[in-house]
Amino acid sequence: MAAMDRRLLMERSVAGRRAVTVPEPDVPLTPLPDASLLRDDLLLPEVTEGEVVRYFTLLSQLNFSVDTQYYPLGSCTMKYNPKLNDEMASLPGFSEIHPLQADETVQGALRVIHELQEMLGEITGLPGVSVGPLAGAQGEFAGLLIARAFHEDRGEGAVRNVALIPDSAHGTNPASAAMAGLEVVTVPSDEHGNVSVDDLRNLANERTAVFMLTIPNTVGLFEPNILEITKIIHDTGGLVYADGANLNALLGLAKLGELGFDIAHSNLHKTFSTPHGGGGPGSGPVLVTEELAKYLPAPIVSENDGKFVLGSPDRTVGRLNGFQGSFGIVVRAYTYIRLMGLEGIKAVARNAIINANYVQSQLKDDFDVAYDRFCMHETVMSARRQKANGVSALDISKRLIDYGIHPPTMYFPLIVPEALMIEPTETESKETLDAFIAVMKKIAEEADASPELLHSAPHNAANTRLDEATAARKPVLRWEPEAAD
Amino acid sequence: MTPDDRKYSKEHEWALVTGIVATVGITQFATESLGDVVFVDLPEVGSSIEQFGKFGEVESVKAVSDLFSPVSGTITERNDAVIDDPEVVNKSPYEAGWLLKVELSAPSEIDDLMGAADYDKLTAEEG
Repeated sequence: MAAMDRRLLMERSVAGRRAVTVPEPDVPLTPLPDASLLRDDLLLPEVTEGEVVRYFTLLSQLNFSVDTQYYPLGSCTMKYNPKLNDEMASLPGFSEIHPLQADETVQGALRVIHELQEMLGEITGLPGVSVGPLAGAQGEFAGLLIARAFHEDRGEGAVRNVALIPDSAHGTNPASAAMAGLEVVTVPSDEHGNVSVDDLRNLANERTAVFMLTIPNTVGLFEPNILEITKIIHDTGGLVYADGANLNALLGLAKLGELGFDIAHSNLHKTFSTPHGGGGPGSGPVLVTEELAKYLPAPIVSENDGKFVLGSPDRTVGRLNGFQGSFGIVVRAYTYIRLMGLEGIKAVARNAIINANYVQSQLKDDFDVAYDRFCMHETVMSARRQKANGVSALDISKRLIDYGIHPPTMYFPLIVPEALMIEPTETESKETLDAFIAVMKKIAEEADASPELLHSAPHNAANTRLDEATAARKPVLRWEPEAAD
Repeated sequence: MTPDDRKYSKEHEWALVTGIVATVGITQFATESLGDVVFVDLPEVGSSIEQFGKFGEVESVKAVSDLFSPVSGTITERNDAVIDDPEVVNKSPYEAGWLLKVELSAPSEIDDLMGAADYDKLTAEEG
């Protein structure tokens, strides 16, 4: 890559330089309400329009994105996002409306929300849906508030205050449970990478408010004992929550409701193909059984005589944000599901599973597989073998950048040492997967022959190895005027 | 080398007992698995902790991990040097990187911990 200008916009600033020339006002001037409240110590960059454009375009070229390169980042489902999604979300009827407009003036937009509620209910077998939550973790939080409200209404609110969570769970699960006022008790995994059913049976009791389970789990494996698991929890009077982060593997093949789940969230930005990876926006609709629908967060859209109206369920846990969720993301997910159709979404799940198993089978001689069995949509491998030679999962991940491939998720789940979590997704061709496999094999050879090369990788990227420890210990979070001199 | 003057828990903490006070820290195996430690959260002096109970957190560039106490008792001293400079935990887990001093409420609990040889065996299996 050619050398590029790395100066921040503030460092390019020249006093008095302007992007536009504002004409003299031809209307009477109105003073600002209270000028004493205005800050005059806040420096703003003074640059031309061309300099602004050049700066942000160069920054965008430093980005790694699914539109440019292969991105097998486990648990994140970095599938290709069809451009038609964006085209639909840009239609004026969707993009030029205001969330406070009267319902009768935005019937088309409300109909999209309503139909997405119905489609997500059908896909998951959980018919009560609110698209309010703005991200997966917010969906979890909403779902846990629903579980608490359910137990409170049955007079058990004070006693049922424990969330059981597997040791392989996403960190958001215990965090959401704590936010919802629940005590977290960890359930160990068994030697096959599944929930230890015996431990679960011992831990589940009259204090169990909810058991949170990711399915397929974070090791990319289906829970063969799922029906027994949901029964154990139901027998104690608790509810079962599905973290839908990995829903991509179940699309059209299995319904959460039929597996015994009472509450779930779906990450639209993962499974239903909306742009993410740069911070969002996310969307994490919460889904529940018919019995729990009265607790859903507002707003939900219902249909009365062909009219769509925004409303609030009887015993709602409240609102999670000011308006109607991430509406632009709702339109994209809706478009995607309509594009795919039932057969299409089944093919999504099947191809995601086939691709992950293909990668796993091709790499198992070169890297340890955390649990050597058929996986679902992703495979968790381990750099244990390479670690013996001093090469870590981090080194391997950094070296992948040199080959133009985004690193897999590393060091997660926590139960797998030196974890490399690879999620190929269904949208990659066999040629891309073969190229990735060849690179991984090459890196495995390099790890044996020249570990130093990996310790200092990446070598060809815009930035070489970052000092993450110093960045975390002494973070520089903003540009400081003093530093400009 | 794992020092054999102290005892170890399977959660990778150590306890060095002198009279009725135990010095508590995390093992070298723990620091190597964690990677560079960037943040340490420890309880206040005067609070009590229970054997195998959670007493704090250690955050590395990879993950946040709970700290579990190898002993029960009352905290008499806290090593604020590791809070100010977490790197010390990586550099010297058995000496300068100690975390707490605990006045033991149940000294016989020490018998529930492992010696250095058994601990090395455990880490060799986990390795």
